[in-house]
Amino acid sequence: MWFVPVFVIASSVSLAVPLGRYMARVLDRDGPRSALERVLHTGPQNWKRYCFSLLAFNAVAFAVGFAVLAFQHHLPLNPDGKGALAPSTVFNTAASFLTNTNLQHYAGEVHLSYFSQVFFICWKQFVGPAIGLAALLALLRGLRGDEHMGNFYVDVWRGTVFVFLPLSLIVALALVAAGVPMTLEGAAKVTTLEGGEQTIARGPVAAIEAIKQLGTNGGGFFGTNSAHPFENPSALTNLIECASILLVPMACVVMFGRVLRAPRQAAVIFGTMLLFLVAFTAWGVFTDARPNPALKGAPVADAVNLEGKELRFGPSAGPTWAAATTCTSNGSVNCMHDSLNPLAGLSPLAGMWLNCAFGGVGVGLINFVVYLIVAVFFAGLMVGRTPEYLGKKVEAREMKLAMLALLIHPLLILAPTGLAAVSDWGTGAQNNPGAHGLSELLYEFTSASANNGSGFEGLADTVGTAADAADPEKADAVRRATNWDLSTGLTMLFGRFVPIIAPLALAAALAGKKRTPFTAGTLRTDMLTFALILVGTIVLVGALLFLPAAALGPVAEHLQLAAR
Amino acid sequence: MTASLDDPKAARRASRARGLFDPTLTRAAAVRSLVMLRPDVLWKNPVMFVVEVGTVLSIAYTVAKALDPSASLASLGYLVALDVWLVATLLFANFAEALAEARGKAQADALRKTRAATPAFRLRGARALDSVMPADTEQVNSTELREGDVVLVVAGELIPADGEIVEGVASVDESAITGESAPVVREAGGDRSGVTGGTRVLSDRLLVRVTVKPGESFLDKMIALVEGAKRQRTPNEIALGIVLSAFTLVFLLVTVTLWPLAKHAEDYTGTAGLGTDVPTLVALLVCLIPTTIGALLAAIGIAGMDRALRANIVAKSGKAVEVAGDIDTLLLDKTGTITFGNRRAARFVPFGEFSATEVGRLAALASTADDTPEGKSIVELYRKQPGAARVDAPTGAAFVPFSAHTRMSGVDLPTGERIRKGATDAVLKYARAANGVIPTGVEEHVRAAAERGATPLLVCAGNRVAGMVVLEDVLKPGIRERFERLRAMGLRTVMVTGDNPLTAKFIAEAAGVDDFIAEATPEAKLAYIRAEQAAGKLVAMMGDGTNDAPALAQADVGVAMNSGTQAAKEAGNMVDLDSDPTKLIEVVEVGKQLLMTRGALTTFSIANDVAKYFAIVPALFAGTLPHLKALDFMHLASPTSAILSAVIFNALVIPLLIPIALKGVTYRPVGADALLRRNLFVWGLGGLIAPFVGIKLIDLALAALGLA
Repeated sequence: MWFVPVFVIASSVSLAVPLGRYMARVLDRDGPRSALERVLHTGPQNWKRYCFSLLAFNAVAFAVGFAVLAFQHHLPLNPDGKGALAPSTVFNTAASFLTNTNLQHYAGEVHLSYFSQVFFICWKQFVGPAIGLAALLALLRGLRGDEHMGNFYVDVWRGTVFVFLPLSLIVALALVAAGVPMTLEGAAKVTTLEGGEQTIARGPVAAIEAIKQLGTNGGGFFGTNSAHPFENPSALTNLIECASILLVPMACVVMFGRVLRAPRQAAVIFGTMLLFLVAFTAWGVFTDARPNPALKGAPVADAVNLEGKELRFGPSAGPTWAAATTCTSNGSVNCMHDSLNPLAGLSPLAGMWLNCAFGGVGVGLINFVVYLIVAVFFAGLMVGRTPEYLGKKVEAREMKLAMLALLIHPLLILAPTGLAAVSDWGTGAQNNPGAHGLSELLYEFTSASANNGSGFEGLADTVGTAADAADPEKADAVRRATNWDLSTGLTMLFGRFVPIIAPLALAAALAGKKRTPFTAGTLRTDMLTFALILVGTIVLVGALLFLPAAALGPVAEHLQLAAR
Repeated sequence: MTASLDDPKAARRASRARGLFDPTLTRAAAVRSLVMLRPDVLWKNPVMFVVEVGTVLSIAYTVAKALDPSASLASLGYLVALDVWLVATLLFANFAEALAEARGKAQADALRKTRAATPAFRLRGARALDSVMPADTEQVNSTELREGDVVLVVAGELIPADGEIVEGVASVDESAITGESAPVVREAGGDRSGVTGGTRVLSDRLLVRVTVKPGESFLDKMIALVEGAKRQRTPNEIALGIVLSAFTLVFLLVTVTLWPLAKHAEDYTGTAGLGTDVPTLVALLVCLIPTTIGALLAAIGIAGMDRALRANIVAKSGKAVEVAGDIDTLLLDKTGTITFGNRRAARFVPFGEFSATEVGRLAALASTADDTPEGKSIVELYRKQPGAARVDAPTGAAFVPFSAHTRMSGVDLPTGERIRKGATDAVLKYARAANGVIPTGVEEHVRAAAERGATPLLVCAGNRVAGMVVLEDVLKPGIRERFERLRAMGLRTVMVTGDNPLTAKFIAEAAGVDDFIAEATPEAKLAYIRAEQAAGKLVAMMGDGTNDAPALAQADVGVAMNSGTQAAKEAGNMVDLDSDPTKLIEVVEVGKQLLMTRGALTTFSIANDVAKYFAIVPALFAGTLPHLKALDFMHLASPTSAILSAVIFNALVIPLLIPIALKGVTYRPVGADALLRRNLFVWGLGGLIAPFVGIKLIDLALAALGLA
């Protein structure tokens, strides 16, 4: 039972160390290194210009992505003749892939053309994480005290070309070798043994699969994501894909240590993140290794919860993947999260609430730094000094920005969940009544705000094509789904950019300060004691907020089922 | 300078000894806490303002319930009890701040009274110094002196106020101000005519014209500033205020969004519960937002200033106290801090046929009438010599006091023998004038002593130079250990001395300081401070003289001695009323304690939330989702009792922690790691556990009283 989680975590940790060093070397180089970089390099940028470039680039990327999706029926590479998408679906999908969320209010094999898959999905899946990585690099330069935060365009370029392209190539080749399809031919039409006609969707799966996992994207080629036998055919590919989820986010922490020349600081961060990852994984595997409480007394085998699992991966592969994919804001799934035992369903929720146990590429560590600054503030006061991190004093401006970054996440989860819980578009879209239905609402907004993209599933949140939207028979469902498209779309956008920009401003504020020398009276942020404080801060500040919601959702469901 | 301040000092002591909850202060604070309920006052404290708004909301619902019993599910008694405790929470918070303010004010008042007591002899009319008789003067309090008054100061007296010498020349012990152990000569006219209040005239007498107005002294202005001016929030307080406001917002969000979530549950179960009861949600909100620290934050800041004041340090701003906690480098004057203020006799060096004991006897005889610390130390040292007899000058002996002109003192015995001790060149000149014998090697001995930083005095019996008394700086006992502790706190100590580098190094090593500035000029000090600051360090120093002013202004914490000059006091950001150079260490501790107290109580406040969640959340849904009772680890008596217990605990913790807020968390001079572990254990873990115990106990009490 424990082989899958132990193997996945151990292999990703051991690969992340060399990768992180490599990333620090190729990404954190001064000045342009090639002719193309010289073209891209618009000069060193301060945090405002860096953020402006980031936003401008994203605005353009959003517009282009929107256009590709909106006009896919007019564009080439559409062998199966996929039709026009509903406007709200286009908006939601454009926002989703822009923000590295990959929340999918559509089913890829049903709704998207190959052109959309390759030139929208795949492109965004490379660029999205590269933007996160760039933001992290800027943050690190700020923490290091650099005068400028680098150049956004060069950072994105390097991240894409030197990190994600080679990594994806390796992983994609491995997946192809293990049986994942890679083709631009249209869906196969086959005659089954019974003589029936069957359409088997296929396409450039391996390419998308690799970057989907590596770039904490999560948006699968198929609607069922990595549970689909073409995305994830075997136990072996499952291990490769699951480890790929964790690889780059872990390497980011190693890069932190290299860039700042503070390996011990990085070790404390890595250890704390790992603790949460291991805890959530263990919780998920453990609580899901029992029969669903609803089956108590039913005449079924008293075995692990197998509902919604792909048995070719082994039973613990589901909750392991669930923890990895939510801790890192990846969002791909290899089992039905909706079918996890209620308490096991708490693990992916908690992973996304914290959103910093490695977290999304670049942005996970940025989120963590915000918690770290808050922890530094408390701990620093407790040693009787103005709190300082890496020799820089943490004062009012820094705390203002840190609290802003921290506040936005619960706001984006709780406020719309509350709204949905008492609105028809919310409750009407629920697939299940009661506490489980609330979990569905809560999960959807949590996933959107954390830029995770995984779905609890069960919610009727898909409008689909323009034809569906116009179908009078589906009017009610379309109205609700449109609301879901818009609300989660906005949630994803705010959940992406506020937690990037505020910490960058924070790092810039720190960069401008004089470095205080280290003395015996200085708070040490590279010690076990501080790691404890970090854990405490993250639990108290990040997780406890969601206790009432958790109590009303998964916990209530579990207790209700258990009491039956 | 303190001898005549006994009475007011006693008053100060009394004011300091006042218990935390002194009845007078408590009463005043209680009244003030009612006044402070005004929203426009409370507005400045966002945490408590939210509590106030919630309380008003809760009261409104209670009134509605009283008018129409069907308006709410909760019982009227429960609602009223909730309102009462919410109001109590507000009052407790106001009380904490009001009490801190009242104590600060009481301190400032007591402080004013101390400034009364040096006696001064004011001249009745213009007189020449030689002709002034005691009858020509009137004794007044130094506070009654006006600008332009002329006072007579004779040997042994304190100069009552800052002024300028009109007539006379005298040696003045300014060691309390300048740190220089050797007396200085002050005379009318020229650069050396200024004298400072609080310094002591050692020889001769002076006429001094007062140059400051009464009640307008620098200190008076500063005390007024401390107590009167609107309290400025310090940078760290502002940062913490932002954090607390943000937490309040987050929990507001949690509580407000809980209503629809609860409604959802009520809808699908078809039941009703406290989850949608507004006063109960207000209770949850008040329990979750950091009311403990929110209530005590202002009090902690005021108490920090107050603690400084109790240590006899007037800080010009709370910011200065706060910065003190961050200090990396301490510039300490050698004299008075590391060594005793005055040099002491360390050994007798005999010349020729004299023995050390004999030299000691002669020196002691010459010093029997010498009241200076040096003189006394010579007598003391002689007593410790083997074979020393009592030193009593025979009757008929005539004492020759030290004067700035002769730079010698001594005694003429009835036998006709003249014994003199004094500055080497003065004694040598005296001996030569009497055709005396100057033993060979005297000059080598003198030079050797000087090189070690000691001051040699020669003793002369008749016309024979008998030996040498070596006066040395004596390290204060325990000073090494003290520096050890400072190092553990992360502070670098730098000794500042006028001595030559050789001597300075010798003493620096003996005392265990980290660095020293020898032959320190004000410029050297300033340069040192700038260099430290350029390396990102914060520097504290203490100073007195006008020429210290630039360095005091440059230092991050500049403590001017009260006995120092006006310019020094204006340049620094604190004034030490005791003019005690070791105060710098206390200042740093007060600063650290201030920040620590904030951190500890914030941690406590937030850690408390865990227990409150587990008390309140199951209670909220007892009617709707009874299975959530499983989360109620504390097994509280009833939903309403659980909520009330949490609210009561939350309210009571405020007055219980007032003493901590006012006195500060205990600071131990250990490294940051040990300090953090300790505070984390006490306030973090304590904050986690205490409410579980407290809420359970209150719940038991409520159940026992039948109120559950």
